[in-house]
Amino acid sequence: MPDRTTVTHQAAVAQEGDSTDAADVAERTGAGGPRWRPARVEDAPLVTGQGRFLDDLDPLPGTLTAAIVRSPHPHARIRSVDLSRARRHPGVTAVIGPDEVLAALRPFPLSVTTRMPYFPTGTDKVRYVGEPVAVVVASDRFVAEDAAELVSVEYELLDPVVGVRTALAEDATLLHEDNGSNVATDRTFSFGEVDRAFADAAHVVVGEYDFPRYSSVPMECYSVIANWTEDSAGPSIEAWANFHGPFTMMPVMAGALGIPASRVRLHVPADIGGSFGIKAGIYPYVVLMALASKHARTPVRWSEDRVEHLLASSSGSDRMMRFEAAVDANGTVTALRTDLVDNVGAYMRPPEPSTLYRCYGNITGAYRIPAVAIRARAVVTNTMPTGLNRGFGGQQLYFGLERLMDDVAAQTGLDPVDLRCRNLVPADAFPYETPTGGVYDSGDYQKAVALAVDNADMPELRRRQAEARERGELYGIGIALVVDPSGTNIGYVGLATPAEQRKPGRDKSGSTEHVRVSVDMQGTVTVMLGSVPQGQGHATTARQVAAKRLGLPEESVRVVIDMDTATTPWTVTSGSYSSRFAPLVTSAVVQACDRIAETIKAAGSVLLEAAPEQLELAEGTVRVIGDPSRAAQFRHAAGVVHWDPAALPEGTSARLYEEAAFTPNAKAATRDEKINSSLCYGFVAEVVALRIDPETLEITLDRVSSVHDAGTVLNQTLLDGQVYGALVHALGGAMFEEFTYSEGGQPTSATFLDYLCPTSAEAGFPLVTDHVVSPSPLTPLGAKGCGEGSSMSFPAALANAVTDALSPHGLQINSLPVHGNLLHDLLDGARRPA
Amino acid sequence: MKPAPFAYVRPATLDDAVAELVATGGDGKVLAGGQSLVPVLAMRLGRPGTLVDITAAAGLDTIERRGAVLRIGATTRQRRLERSPAANDVPLIGMALPFVGHRELRSRGTVCGSLAHADPGAELPAVASCLGAVLEVTGASGRRTVPAAEFFAGAMTTAVGAEEVLSAVEFPVAAPGEGFGFAEIARRHGDFALAGVVTRVRSAGGAVQEAVISGFGISDRAATRDVTDLVRAAADSADVEAALRPGTEELARDVVDTAGDSHGSQGYRRRLFAVLAARELAHAHRRSTEGRS
Repeated sequence: MPDRTTVTHQAAVAQEGDSTDAADVAERTGAGGPRWRPARVEDAPLVTGQGRFLDDLDPLPGTLTAAIVRSPHPHARIRSVDLSRARRHPGVTAVIGPDEVLAALRPFPLSVTTRMPYFPTGTDKVRYVGEPVAVVVASDRFVAEDAAELVSVEYELLDPVVGVRTALAEDATLLHEDNGSNVATDRTFSFGEVDRAFADAAHVVVGEYDFPRYSSVPMECYSVIANWTEDSAGPSIEAWANFHGPFTMMPVMAGALGIPASRVRLHVPADIGGSFGIKAGIYPYVVLMALASKHARTPVRWSEDRVEHLLASSSGSDRMMRFEAAVDANGTVTALRTDLVDNVGAYMRPPEPSTLYRCYGNITGAYRIPAVAIRARAVVTNTMPTGLNRGFGGQQLYFGLERLMDDVAAQTGLDPVDLRCRNLVPADAFPYETPTGGVYDSGDYQKAVALAVDNADMPELRRRQAEARERGELYGIGIALVVDPSGTNIGYVGLATPAEQRKPGRDKSGSTEHVRVSVDMQGTVTVMLGSVPQGQGHATTARQVAAKRLGLPEESVRVVIDMDTATTPWTVTSGSYSSRFAPLVTSAVVQACDRIAETIKAAGSVLLEAAPEQLELAEGTVRVIGDPSRAAQFRHAAGVVHWDPAALPEGTSARLYEEAAFTPNAKAATRDEKINSSLCYGFVAEVVALRIDPETLEITLDRVSSVHDAGTVLNQTLLDGQVYGALVHALGGAMFEEFTYSEGGQPTSATFLDYLCPTSAEAGFPLVTDHVVSPSPLTPLGAKGCGEGSSMSFPAALANAVTDALSPHGLQINSLPVHGNLLHDLLDGARRPA
Repeated sequence: MKPAPFAYVRPATLDDAVAELVATGGDGKVLAGGQSLVPVLAMRLGRPGTLVDITAAAGLDTIERRGAVLRIGATTRQRRLERSPAANDVPLIGMALPFVGHRELRSRGTVCGSLAHADPGAELPAVASCLGAVLEVTGASGRRTVPAAEFFAGAMTTAVGAEEVLSAVEFPVAAPGEGFGFAEIARRHGDFALAGVVTRVRSAGGAVQEAVISGFGISDRAATRDVTDLVRAAADSADVEAALRPGTEELARDVVDTAGDSHGSQGYRRRLFAVLAARELAHAHRRSTEGRS
């Protein structure tokens, strides 16, 4: 049994006052000279250049290379496409355009009923700059690009629609005329006595906030190899792609191709060059390259370049939102109204509109708010389609909710920390059911908040602020609290469809994960995952969990993480997204290992002449509980199963391949529109203190204190890596990165000159991280997900801190990213007479 | 990387390089460090018919003190100059080079390449302008020298003709009584500046003799102004920087004429220029009177 007590653990104090520990260095270098011990099994190949990324693979002889012709216009009708010159270009094997796409493909099945057909290329129109129009297959990329320039497309330019406000205007130009509106989905929900709470409120606080669109910017862009073949049963596709799920996209791809999912075989290599959600958007290209392969009659490969990636891959959705809080005289929030409008880009590409619903069960955040009304809309505009991005829906939600809580504090005259504490879900209320159906499994939010505030040294920060203000300088302190959902229940997608239209027997629910664990005749354990990691260290952690469960040294376990849908156990929910590895995959590893242990114990009972139930696995042996001298080597027991199965006890089968499908009890959306949208709910409390140079308006982070509760900590190093990574990702969105478009719809951040990812120079801020541990009762190890927390909290905490710094000027930060230029405009605007 | 087709030549001498450029009839492009040119090629934003790679041309990778100037050859990498003791003779080189991209870029990028590229936000053209550097241009008819004030003709535009090579630059070494200042503000370290300033003040016996400022990131090229009167008027104040501010704010309205972009509007760049100009003129002035450069 895991330890169920809640403990705190000071994990890391980075940068500030960090000193080199001589003993640590000595340990790392060792007596016999430098010897580096990688913290993760994945690291040695990566740092020695032996990683094998998709573009390194050459699985099929004769593979040709594709280049894509893309729209230079944000919105235009395709009058004609002339492929003839490109087809005649030397070295070109095939060129396909809208006609070939329409002849062979069906629109991708969408998550909701809407008349916005989505194909892998524009067909009738193009709807964003960078939208594919044609594909050229040639002997190499250079020739393909040369020929791509020979494709001539006649466009009739249409007015571009940029931004949700334009899209929602009554006389707005329509992207999809058949839909009659740019609104792709519009649903309202209400739980509890919302109107009464607002009628009775001592304060009604209203805030309008805009969250920007940004990406995860993976190191390796999209890459696909596809081969179309036909046999007597019809066409089939074999593809390699750096796609990491969700594998719900397998039937979506098959649907577009008009073939059974079983006729699509997908391989994903062990190294996919990062993603954090963005590569889920690769699947239309798998279909497109499959079609190109059909026409070229050879396998086709395509690797996206950086400009293509920044123009046309995927991004998080930007959101316009309005929040209203009903607040009583004590500062208790009694009801919440939210109006969320996501800009999903030119198409509602699955899995959108999931950004709206991923946080449905935790839409009231860390607070015990009994009543909530929601309006959830997704709107199309002439911009790149959106999708998964670390935090998926959470950074948008909490930017609104946590900015609102600061506005509530300001209006009630309460300290922002105090105001939040008055509203927190109490520690004795778990499992806590939210009005929208979420069930928070465990937590101690008060303890985490206290620790974050304590580690930040709030009195010292307030002293610095007072001193700064005395000198006429700007210093701000902000806080944000986040309930961090992990292990998505895919049933939330159903909420986009009204309950009465959801077909009985066609519900979606849950979040199963499959693993396979096997033991060979020499006792080596192999764990095969369908989790398709993006660099998180799944192999390291799975190895650690399996070794511990089987009483083996970690060296006796190897983990297979490359994916082949023909051989790896998987289901629709497989993949790496929604921080599902820690809660779900490790749980399946435990279950499979426990079954393996039964077989090993049965074999051990033969060797030790003791009943299996008297045996345990420890220290590389199977041994009698309480009498470790009666022990047999694990590998000898495994050997018995392989070599001498007839010796096994009656009724024991010689099974050393075990699959487990960890199946959380996460139900489909109910008829009254509730859903527990995730399996586990962790917690983040984050304090940000910053200075703003009063002259140059540069923002300098003075201190960040971040406390996380991810349940049982499986691997402290990897958890810290996730915390730091999510923080820096959020720093990008909060201060640097943004996909911007001109009024005419042209992207203005399509290269790294303008799309600014934070670098090590920007990431070196003083940071204190810490942990509270509230194990989940729903997972065998008590672990919850931890990959996204600060990506949701930091943007809000930073905006709150900047707003606090600007409070002498009465200015607020209600949009991101915030940087000197924005502050200059705000202060300049404030100085001018109205 | 998938540029449009081009021919590639790698001549062994400067004369051969010029001959290759002449042979292309204006359709050639000099390749040295490639840090700006190669991305332009890869995105097909530039389509030269021939790339003339001068990195193998003999005798161009020089760092050489010649009397009162430090001469830098056409293929000398920025990082090499940054680490060269000879750079101490021109203090602004050591102050500015760490802001040119990142270390990795400077290990490939060349000093002359940055000057010939003439990005309005780049540091080295402003250093050359502030110091009154002399640029040496080699063509079929021989070598000619061009003062920095005439070399930079606009954004990405210089006095180097299509059939010529920027073969060297000569920076004046610091004279006694000279003090310098350098600062820039960018969205991130290593980015092109939203606004930057290079300053030089020469004093003798405590009196300001000459003061020059070059701003970058604020116009289509480095904007250089003689500000001797401004600095002289502020020099005796207890707070020189504060005394300079009204003047630098006025100067900002004069020299900052870029339209601005999403990273920095014209107004924000004016604010930054005014702040940095006062700060770095005061800095250079202090050093000029302290006998430190």
